[in-house]
Amino acid sequence: MAADGAPTRLAQGTRTKGGIGESTLRPDGTLKVTGEFAYASDMWHEDMLWGQILRSTVAHAEIVSIDTSEALAQAGVYAVMTYDDLPTDVRHGLEIQDTPVLAHGRVRHHGEPVAVVAADHPETARRAAAKIKVEYRELPVVTDEASATAPDAIVVHENRTDHHAAHVPHPNIVHRQPIVRGDADGAARRADVLVTGDYFFGMQDQAFLGPESGLAVPAEDGGVDLYIATQWLHADLRQIAPVLGLPEEKVRMTLSGVGGAFGGREDLSMQIHACLLALRTGKPVKIVYNRFESFFGHVHRHPARLHYEHGATRDGKLTHMKCRIVLDGGAYASSSPAVVGNAASLSAGPYVIDDVDIEALALYSNNPPCGAMRGFGAVQACFAYEAQMDKLAKELGMDPVEFRGINAMEQGTIMPTGQPVDSQAPVAELLRRVKARPMPPERQWESSEGTDVRQLPGGLSNTTHGEGVVRGVGYAVGIKNVGFSEGFDDYSTAKVRVEVVGGEPVATVHTAMAEVGQGGVTVHAQIVRTELGVGQVTIQPADTRVGSAGSTSASRQTYVTGGAVKNACELVREKILDLGRRRFGTHHPAWATAELLLEGGKVVTDGGEVLADLADVLGDEAIEVEEEWRHRPTEPFDRRTGQGNGHVQYSFAAHRAVVEVDTELGLVKVVELACAQDVGKALNPLSVLGQIQGGTVQGLGIAVMEEIVVDPETAKVKNPSFTDYLLPTILDTPTIPVDVLELADDHAPYGLRGVGEAPTLSSTPAVLAAIRDATGLALDRTPVRPEHLTGTA
Amino acid sequence: MDFLRPAGWEEALAAKAEHPTAVPIAGGTDVMVEINSDRRRPEYLMDLNRVGDLLEWEVGEDSVRLGASVPYTRIMENLRAELPGLALASHTVASPQIRNRGGVGGNLGTASPAGDAHPVLLAAGAEVEVESVRGKRLIPIDAFYTGVKRNALEPDELIRAVRVKKADGPQQFSKVGTRNAMVIAVCAFGLALHPGSRTVRTGIGSAAPTPIRATAAEEFLNAALDEGGFWDNGKIITPAVAKQFAVLCSAACDPIDDVRGTAGYRRHAVGVLARRTLTWTWESYRGARHTTEGAA
Amino acid sequence: MRVNFTVNGRPQEADDVWEGESLLYVLRERLGLPGSKNACEQGECGSCTVRLDGVPVCACLVAAGQVQGREVVTVEGLADFARERAEGRATGARETGGGGTPLDRAGRWQATGHDSQAGEGTGLSPVQQAFIEAGAVQCGFCTPGLLVAADEMLERAPNPSDADIREALSGNLCRCTGYEKILDAVRLAAARRSEGV
Repeated sequence: MAADGAPTRLAQGTRTKGGIGESTLRPDGTLKVTGEFAYASDMWHEDMLWGQILRSTVAHAEIVSIDTSEALAQAGVYAVMTYDDLPTDVRHGLEIQDTPVLAHGRVRHHGEPVAVVAADHPETARRAAAKIKVEYRELPVVTDEASATAPDAIVVHENRTDHHAAHVPHPNIVHRQPIVRGDADGAARRADVLVTGDYFFGMQDQAFLGPESGLAVPAEDGGVDLYIATQWLHADLRQIAPVLGLPEEKVRMTLSGVGGAFGGREDLSMQIHACLLALRTGKPVKIVYNRFESFFGHVHRHPARLHYEHGATRDGKLTHMKCRIVLDGGAYASSSPAVVGNAASLSAGPYVIDDVDIEALALYSNNPPCGAMRGFGAVQACFAYEAQMDKLAKELGMDPVEFRGINAMEQGTIMPTGQPVDSQAPVAELLRRVKARPMPPERQWESSEGTDVRQLPGGLSNTTHGEGVVRGVGYAVGIKNVGFSEGFDDYSTAKVRVEVVGGEPVATVHTAMAEVGQGGVTVHAQIVRTELGVGQVTIQPADTRVGSAGSTSASRQTYVTGGAVKNACELVREKILDLGRRRFGTHHPAWATAELLLEGGKVVTDGGEVLADLADVLGDEAIEVEEEWRHRPTEPFDRRTGQGNGHVQYSFAAHRAVVEVDTELGLVKVVELACAQDVGKALNPLSVLGQIQGGTVQGLGIAVMEEIVVDPETAKVKNPSFTDYLLPTILDTPTIPVDVLELADDHAPYGLRGVGEAPTLSSTPAVLAAIRDATGLALDRTPVRPEHLTGTA
Repeated sequence: MDFLRPAGWEEALAAKAEHPTAVPIAGGTDVMVEINSDRRRPEYLMDLNRVGDLLEWEVGEDSVRLGASVPYTRIMENLRAELPGLALASHTVASPQIRNRGGVGGNLGTASPAGDAHPVLLAAGAEVEVESVRGKRLIPIDAFYTGVKRNALEPDELIRAVRVKKADGPQQFSKVGTRNAMVIAVCAFGLALHPGSRTVRTGIGSAAPTPIRATAAEEFLNAALDEGGFWDNGKIITPAVAKQFAVLCSAACDPIDDVRGTAGYRRHAVGVLARRTLTWTWESYRGARHTTEGAA
Repeated sequence: MRVNFTVNGRPQEADDVWEGESLLYVLRERLGLPGSKNACEQGECGSCTVRLDGVPVCACLVAAGQVQGREVVTVEGLADFARERAEGRATGARETGGGGTPLDRAGRWQATGHDSQAGEGTGLSPVQQAFIEAGAVQCGFCTPGLLVAADEMLERAPNPSDADIREALSGNLCRCTGYEKILDAVRLAAARRSEGV
């Protein structure tokens, strides 16, 4: 199993209840079901003010003037701030610092923050913001590759100095990553069939339910305490402090309750605005976005245009692949460069293809900024390459699963980047498993009581009683990297303390990991129980008093912060055993000779013999360790060839979608979405299922309904509300049977494999494939809407 | 903003006379959305929840007088037999929470072309009972919708009830949305058979500036049914007739392209819904063992 | 303006309420009951679902002034509400129009099972307990609204089919779970109730 053999030990001795592998319940569960769990938007402070952000009403314009006098004069208003009131002119950004905290002379996208207001009631703040007069001189908008790279294109960011600037073919290209391996043109000559396709992937919103919120409290030392919902406290801190002109130690951050994230909280939203207003007014300032503002307040998933060419021999072997992926990064860089790296390096999918010619790039445009969302670059590619696989299988007259199986990668396969896949890659097995499942019964809407429209396309809207309904089945599989790639120093920090309280050993875990709902807090307690044999574990609130935990993204937290907790526990254990040897070593020879473990609150030998109670060993001493932990290092991709060992670990999931399509109305009911995924080791099986099912449904959403629609003429968002940006309801969601494989990755703690993202990849193309199967239509874009299925687009 | 709380209907009429700009609020499912989203700041909000009359309905000999604030949930639960089309439409309204608050009066007051109740009220031939301190009047539903989100109410009038004839034949309602629940209509269609008068009436939602009837389609179908003796012989409507009816319903639309759907799709879908609802109601009329109620 | 109403069985008074304020704002910001969540303010997510005179509604779409003299149950009061219901004490009777006994009342005052989970005993309602155990809670932001809606559905329909559950909860968006575990939780609560444990 795991490299250090920890799971083997678990099998022996008195196991501590609630360790890894058990579906222990969330420590925050009771608070969350009673309404007591404090989300960022629930915080309240004596004398608190409400902050409101004024956002641009146009996508691209020079700001001619801003008049705040009327807003300032309104009763109840404490402060109005524009760019001119900022303490510094420092910009922020995750990778490239290109984002002004308030617009400076120019707005680059619809909804860009222009001014902030603090007032004693949110309605007062809204009214005051509405009284700020901003005069815009509109500029032409850059909205796609053609308008971005035209000879006379307006440059979205002048005078770039970032580390990609010197290497891009045009200043409106944020980053470009080619990957060339083998000889794609030569290999193409061996192909018996050649399949090309142009695909479009729409802009998806994370749509976490808890809108961006936080509370900034000014401190006596001139600093600020910020209570905030975020994915990565320390990345926020690194960006916030310089903009405020404060040293990092004067910005103290505490994670408050986070209502989902999915990538949308990796960038800053209202953090700096709240701090600015708090420091300006000397009063606590709370900012809570409403849903409308939330659509403008965070980055979205990059929309993408993808061109693919694949070849295969008559016997079903892929010969080569060429692709070009154009991602729209919008007005600011956010994590576009890393998304490009992922899209390029994972563009071939989980297949053996020796000869590839790949190019991925991200644009600067005046569209809404795009960045991290679950699946991060791999999602868009998977949608396209899986459509290609179906086309090839059809061309060859082969079963789509069989065809994929012939080309499926396995351990030892070389990626397009030249990196060998050095752990299990059960791609063919995952597909085999979803295919082997029994099919859901036909015509489930029929019963002795009549027709149940809830089980039909259109649902409660009563559009069909079976007319026009055709079933379709589709398959897809995907590959996602786990953790931060391309040479990033991806580490986490954990502080673990053990002491005796009331006669019982108690452990405390302190990390800066953002618990956004994924259940990291549950897993940390499980790891401590397994490693230290201490039943009672307290999870401290995450804050910046402990070192960085990195981001709650990239399917990495259980791997990296879980790894850090495990590592800290091991160090604590050594210290406890040292203490035990000093105190009791003379009592029993096994203290010196045996392999010693901590289980069930006792020190035991690997033979199961109890040497001492942990409480007696500790006495009144507390053992505490704070330590950073890293996964194995990665390398950057070569700028020209894309070669390099860029990724830490890969994660695989496969789906079979069964849909019923009302072919006349173009309405889709997903009947079942079966998933098989390898998770290496399920530390908490219940949470693993929750991740897989949740990720699957986010993939379903982008397949049939979710899309932020941007007007191509004005670059303005047309549907920033839950009325017109539709998320799947429980009536849109099918049963999701899940098959979990646990094939250990020897490089990872406990052999685990990051879980969260892979199911979001394959879900979308599986649904699309099923709709194609039902309708016979080509369907080269997602989401697919009724008009695309009825020839009325 | 002022909040008016009339304790009864007369008081409400007096308040509306005194403050014609007052915005009535009952279920709040339209008004509060506009206030929360900063799109509307009325001078006066007038709460109608205290006016108990509006929450009641009376089932008479021939018709139902349905209080303006009777929640959709109540209509679904209690008036399925009398007002099957409206009960079906009620079931498609937004979510259970919204159906527990919203009522037909709100739909009529807002007069959005996407309001779910409109097509079935048009198909049933309802009358809107409105009142002011000046008196009461009944507005035929055909004369009620006067423009995009505009209706025939005078500034001092309030909607008291709708009067809908008890169904004398099968009725159906279908609405297209891009989600299987909690969705605003991309387009919608209501159809009612009136065997008593040997007529068919229709209503189309979200496919024109106002809710409309497909009058040419109705006339065509009424004539075709009459000519073929269908009302008497109960034969299956010939596919050619159903198809032509659908074509004429599509032609009655005057839709726009928007973020919810294209004009072309709306026109197409209304045709499909027209054909299907005609088939369902006619099969039901023929006494075939088909479901007349969409939802279980 | 001033608004007096009952929340979770206790009389409450809110002062200086802006006329455009929603019940949700009053609960969260004036009465210190932030359990009901604000995720869309347009009735499209169900996160703010509360019971108003017994009926599940979106608190964001109820004007504060409309609740004068009325009874509200929020997630904070759900456990007590469920306990009182189980003990047969009437709370929050539903308004009726027309005549007769509405369907929802028929299955209403049945005795419910007590919390069967050994070692928990935190006084949660059966639905709350089931949500935790079934893994129906991730970020938890949708949870309060779902609990109020699910509890009310089980009060009306103690043995719902899956389609019934889906319909009853179709006004409550969840972005984390994919809904499967939410279905599991409601099935679990229903099963425990019907077993009388």
